Amino acid sequence: MKDPSLMTARLAGGRREKLWLRIRRHWQVYLFLLLPVVYLLIFAYYPMTGIQLAFKTFDYKKGIWGSPWVGFEQFTKFFNSHMFSRVVTNTLKISAYEIFAGFPIPIIFALLLNSFRHNKLKRVVQTVTYMPHFISVVVIVGMLFQIMNSRSGLYGTFSRLLTGTYPRDVLGSATAFVHLYVWSGIWQGFGWGSIIYLAALSSVNPELYEAAEIDGASRFQRVFHIDIPCLLPTAIIMLILRAGSVMTIGFEKVYLMQNALNLSASEVISTYVYKVGLTAMIPDYPYATAIGLFNSVINLVLIITVNELAKRYGNTSLW
Amino acid sequence: MPEAVIRAMRPLKNKVKLSAADKIYYSIVYTIVLLLTLLVLYPLIVVVSSSFSSGQAVTNGRVIFLPVEFSIESYKRVYEYTVIWTGYRNTIFYTVAGTLWNVCMTTCAAFALSRPKLPGRGWLTFLFAFTALFNGGLIPNFLLMRDLNFLNTIWVMIIPGAISVYNMIITRTFFQNSIPAELSEAAVVDGCSDSRFFFAILLPLSKAVLAVITLFYSVGHWNAYFAAMIYLTNRGLWPLFLREILIMNQFSAEMLTTLSDEEILKLQGMSDLLKYAFIVIATVPILCIYPFIQKYFAKGVMIGSLKG
Repeated sequence: MKDPSLMTARLAGGRREKLWLRIRRHWQVYLFLLLPVVYLLIFAYYPMTGIQLAFKTFDYKKGIWGSPWVGFEQFTKFFNSHMFSRVVTNTLKISAYEIFAGFPIPIIFALLLNSFRHNKLKRVVQTVTYMPHFISVVVIVGMLFQIMNSRSGLYGTFSRLLTGTYPRDVLGSATAFVHLYVWSGIWQGFGWGSIIYLAALSSVNPELYEAAEIDGASRFQRVFHIDIPCLLPTAIIMLILRAGSVMTIGFEKVYLMQNALNLSASEVISTYVYKVGLTAMIPDYPYATAIGLFNSVINLVLIITVNELAKRYGNTSLW
Repeated sequence: MPEAVIRAMRPLKNKVKLSAADKIYYSIVYTIVLLLTLLVLYPLIVVVSSSFSSGQAVTNGRVIFLPVEFSIESYKRVYEYTVIWTGYRNTIFYTVAGTLWNVCMTTCAAFALSRPKLPGRGWLTFLFAFTALFNGGLIPNFLLMRDLNFLNTIWVMIIPGAISVYNMIITRTFFQNSIPAELSEAAVVDGCSDSRFFFAILLPLSKAVLAVITLFYSVGHWNAYFAAMIYLTNRGLWPLFLREILIMNQFSAEMLTTLSDEEILKLQGMSDLLKYAFIVIATVPILCIYPFIQKYFAKGVMIGSLKG
């Protein structure tokens, strides 16, 4: 423990003020922090202690803290189960697809929109494309089910117009699941996702454009050589953030889109945890906690790794 | 002729005729963007049009743009489905109460963390940021709710999720960048306490960011279904149970008990139509509010969040 009286801080002008005095002076600010920190401790940090359940078997009579330790038994159980490869593969497949298909689109959209010369039209486009982001996931999936219905939806109607017969059902198809999931997500999010890139683009020094124009660059060349490098740091950071959650496919949308027919493609880690831990006949808390922990740890490792890589090779990083 | 004279003789940028390459570029850009916009707009239009069509037309897939056999039958039915109104009322309550709680907590935390000379600021910020990287998982959170006796109460829909770190960072960055340091210093010189500064100076100047996080939190609450699904078994507490209606087709079972046979037949033909009406009712409130807040998004608020 450091001696508080030795902990000093320089103020402007070279005066030193003791740490304790500084804390006293800011007491009101700490008051503002009181409730948020208490909230954080109860609702965010205390559940982290529940992670110990992943290394135990649950004994109802003894509760979480009293239950016996079993080491990595739950984890080995998971790694050896037949569901392991299935859920992990599904999760990774969907994630990778989402990244490859979905990551570039907001960027491209921002670049295109930034070239707009009619501001009013630009605003209208923005308003329209931001809209789907605010629609609840239940409504999105509901809309998806209605539209992709082989009989009464647009999918059925247009297929019939083009080919003369009603198409086969896609909503129960395991192979179609990934495509439906990813592209409906892209539809919903590309407008909103472009905001951050548009904001970055708006901070480009206009002198760069003028210089390029004087040098004879066409509009396209200007975009390619000025806009894209300007977006690169932002894009890298977004990619880092995205990479950190590659093993987390959000429960909500998948669960809604799941049915008995597409389960082989739609069972991901989060839905599996939910089923094992909450809705099974005999909920297996430790097992579900272990899987969840496995998921979280992988994400943490990933985001740190990708961040380090970006720092080394890209000069931009999250921290 | 000297360079400067030639350059001065160049027409103004706006009046320069576009080169051929530029013309092509612009036509491509505009086409793609407008196509994408229509791609977004079209399904939304079809949904609204379908809700204003007849059940027959919808089930047979005849609505492809404008309403077919215009009627407000679906809305009448929804209006009569009183169970939905409980859900609607709950949703409104959770949204208002929850957002109020969120915004208060977030602004307090963001304010505190924006004070540059606060001792321990780095650690405290890390305390908040870490929760965005790692959490206990589904089961520990569920057990916590159970131990707090939050299960099956309104509190489980309001209290958890008080602070979204993302929103807090946006707010904190706004406080740091948009409130000039001179203002803070002048206030200190005049003997203004931190809390007075917060209420009398900071908040009134922060309407933009407050509007934005209010919108974000409201939308989050309005669209929530997961928490209700796992924590609430009392149907009277459920928010708008869209999942049951849209995904699980449960509404018709409810209505079946109170209706005559021919009404039941009619309803079954209308199941698709009613879904569209529910979608519209659930989504319209948000879509009406958000354009007003939209002007705050693009520039200052969002770019600040990234740097933070």
